[in-house]
Amino acid sequence: MTDISKNVRNRILRQALSIAFAVTPFGLAFGIAAREAGLNIFEAMGFSTLVFTGSAQFAAVSVLADGGSALTAVLAGALLNLRSLAFGVALAPFLQGRLRFRATAAQLMIDEAAAVGMAQPEPSQRRYGYLAGGLAVFVLWNVSTAAGVLFFGAMGDVVTTAGIDATIPAAFLALLWPRLADSRQRRIALGGAVIALLGVPVLPPGLPIVAAGLAVLLPRRTP
Amino acid sequence: MTREWVTIVLLAAATYGLKSFGPLVLGGDRSLPPRLTRLADDLPAPLLAALVAISALASGDSWSVDARAVGLVVAAIALWRKLPFVVVVIAAAAATALVRAL
Repeated sequence: MTDISKNVRNRILRQALSIAFAVTPFGLAFGIAAREAGLNIFEAMGFSTLVFTGSAQFAAVSVLADGGSALTAVLAGALLNLRSLAFGVALAPFLQGRLRFRATAAQLMIDEAAAVGMAQPEPSQRRYGYLAGGLAVFVLWNVSTAAGVLFFGAMGDVVTTAGIDATIPAAFLALLWPRLADSRQRRIALGGAVIALLGVPVLPPGLPIVAAGLAVLLPRRTP
Repeated sequence: MTREWVTIVLLAAATYGLKSFGPLVLGGDRSLPPRLTRLADDLPAPLLAALVAISALASGDSWSVDARAVGLVVAAIALWRKLPFVVVVIAAAAATALVRAL
């Protein structure tokens, strides 16, 4: 990681911190949802440290809140998280190293870490971006989960009134942006967005993002 | 073990399995087959675009064009103007909040 200049490192760290702060209100919301589902602080933190996947955590807790079984909750959460399989394939080339490193780094395979990693132009920067994004989100996600459980309130309203929910798509778009300079990347990106949106009404939550990966099958060159 | 802890442990195992397949199974090999490298190269754009589309234009299992869409357009303009990441994110939130306040 010595081949990354200070400027580049600072740019990546700024991206990682921005996206981690954008995620914080959702961590608070998760803490509140967990508390309302009757979970105690240890259970809520168990979700945020061990499961550490926002959408899967929300899905599982809402199943539990509705009185569903553990198995249903696990299925709902795991299905939502199929996309981390795709992220893992995309990032595997940049996460090489000892088994212990790979096993630890894998726990950070969430949307935001993958997005910051994939957004970088150079392989060493992708590795750095993934780790920085993942660690920043891990810390703030857990702090905000704890805060949500301990000091709960009507956070949901604040998230929408202040437009905080709009920071997430904006951050993802910012990370996608540099790729759009290339015409093929632009086409498969558009294809992915269209597939995902078409999938929303018909596929179970989480799967539309996986299905978007099929856009890579678009032909390399227009005839 | 309570229903909550059974869920946490099983879900953690399931998500870790999905998260770690790439890094553990593919990551050990220094030279990935070219087809896989190409796939790893191509996957980010559609996946990121899908994350953008779904977080801005869907809620639950339906499409939803609301104030978030305005935030996304503002973000795109900010990016086109080459503004920094933080500014892009704040501008999107501000625009969305403004539309909701109207």
